[in-house]
Amino acid sequence: MPFSLLKYGLNKDYPFEQNADLPSPSALKSHYDVVIIGAGGHGVATAYYLAKYHGITNVAVLEKGYLGGGNTARNTAVIRSNYLTSEGVKFYSESVKLFQGLSNEFDFNIMYSSRGQLTLAHTDAAIRGFRQRTEVNKHFGGKTELIDPQQIRELVPSLNMNPADQPVLAGLWHIDGATARHDAVAWGYAKGATQRGVELHQLTEVTGVDVDKGKVTGVQTNRGKISCGCVVQAVAGHSSIVGAMAGIRMPITTYPLQAMVTQPVKPFLNPLVSSPALHCYVQQTGRGELVFGGGSDPYPLYNTRSTMDLKESLLAHAVELFPFMANMRLMRQWAGLTDMTSDYSPVMGLSPVENYYLDAGWGTWGFKATPICGKTMAELVATGKVPELIKPFSMSRFDTFRQVNEMGATAASH
Amino acid sequence: MKIINCPLNGPRNSSEFVHGGEVRQMPDPNNCTDKEWADYVFYSDNLIGVVTEWWLHAPSGYWFIAERHTGSDEILRTYDPAEIYTSRVEFKAKEEPSASEEKTA
Ligand SMILES: Cc1cc2nc3c(=O)[nH]c(=O)nc-3n(C[C@H](O)[C@H](O)[C@H](O)COP(=O)(O)OP(=O)(O)OC[C@H]3O[C@@H](n4cnc5c(N)ncnc54)[C@H](O)[C@@H]3O)c2cc1C
Repeated sequence: MPFSLLKYGLNKDYPFEQNADLPSPSALKSHYDVVIIGAGGHGVATAYYLAKYHGITNVAVLEKGYLGGGNTARNTAVIRSNYLTSEGVKFYSESVKLFQGLSNEFDFNIMYSSRGQLTLAHTDAAIRGFRQRTEVNKHFGGKTELIDPQQIRELVPSLNMNPADQPVLAGLWHIDGATARHDAVAWGYAKGATQRGVELHQLTEVTGVDVDKGKVTGVQTNRGKISCGCVVQAVAGHSSIVGAMAGIRMPITTYPLQAMVTQPVKPFLNPLVSSPALHCYVQQTGRGELVFGGGSDPYPLYNTRSTMDLKESLLAHAVELFPFMANMRLMRQWAGLTDMTSDYSPVMGLSPVENYYLDAGWGTWGFKATPICGKTMAELVATGKVPELIKPFSMSRFDTFRQVNEMGATAASH
Repeated sequence: MKIINCPLNGPRNSSEFVHGGEVRQMPDPNNCTDKEWADYVFYSDNLIGVVTEWWLHAPSGYWFIAERHTGSDEILRTYDPAEIYTSRVEFKAKEEPSASEEKTA
């Protein structure tokens, strides 16, 4: 046992009181400069960067459930930047860079693990798409290569190279691909924000938004009314519902997304592996469990129930990729509510209501964007100017038909 | 598996059906503004409650209408579109010159 551990073990002041937990403020104040709705990763990251870079600390993060209990707790933690459009790749690359430094910055281990992500092509058309993504990625400084079946066999010896009679022809090998502990990301940001004076109020649901002459003036909650200078909305699957409280109609539809995890086994799979054609992606966690997921449910719904159909189809495909998985036991299965846009890019920035800022439309792919969302949304709140990086994602792009189409690069890889 | 009651074929597995989106009034593509068209194509109330929507029974190619609760996932009623569409809907866009005409012109 390392001696430093013994030192902590015998130190009766450790863990230090202020580190032991998140400070839990008892009463809501009547006014905050900034109210953030939703304490998922995005909400608390925004609060963190507001306090850290802009010195804005009269901030309340309001959460109807508990910290990080929404999609932040439910996602499969694929972190990557190998998207298709230059707008997308630039944005997600920044996020991956921030992720790499988070454990040090928080002094708290988010278990960031750079294992690379492998996406499989089963058709010539997929290879053409991969070529384009490889070049766009390299252009913006990412590490992505197109690799052949022999290289794939070396990377993942246990992979069936002919799953469901769809031979693996090539792979998009994204060396920057990674995963991290999702809860730790939310806790790290929340801790950093609250230590700087931000208030996190759990079990506090926003039930109404007060708008006066086109400008937001406050919010109503199950614990009373609050006035505020501005609002950041970061509520994922409930984007349309909270938006409607402010009178904002959105280009968003809510679908459940399901995922599952097996019993732990010995480490055998280093990279994250995804097959868009089989609607399936698989990765092995640090604990040895296999996490896997696939496409969204086939129709819109606000319900996190699990369905047998999805289990059947997802398991069938996973077993095609890794046949020995047929002998493994499933441990847990769950769903989250995802706020889908038609172009698979987010809705970020200004809204039709003055001082009411949107971080929405994150659908099935927003965990990887947590750091950069927090950073850019904080900059927007502090300066009132939309940062260059998120300009392409404004909600108004739908009115001018300037979508940022990431569907092909998102589908079953998240 | 969830069972959906098709007005034409009776109760069938939900895997035989395809969701077709909310039933709503299409603005006149020739006279509406870009904003109105964008609203029709991309935007939605997306609220929790009963919605009226199109469904397709894929094996028989039959479209019908369902009233479904987006919170409980309960399908309250399914019916033939003839119940609300009593006359034929025309989808006429402005006449555009076809590619071959353009070439010869
Ligand atoms: C099964 C699954 C797998 C996924 N896999 C990946 C992946 O591999 N990689 C990836 O990048 N992304 C993935 N995602 C997407 C990702 O999880 C989300 O995009 C991301 O977590 C969104 O973060 P958030 O902080 O905006 O939302 P959330 O973490 O959902 O936080 C929103 C919070 O708002 C709260 N809230 C809602 N309404 C109110 C209200 N009225 N008042 C107060 N609070 C309210 C909710 O309780 C919730 O805690 C996946 C999602 C799911 C469901």
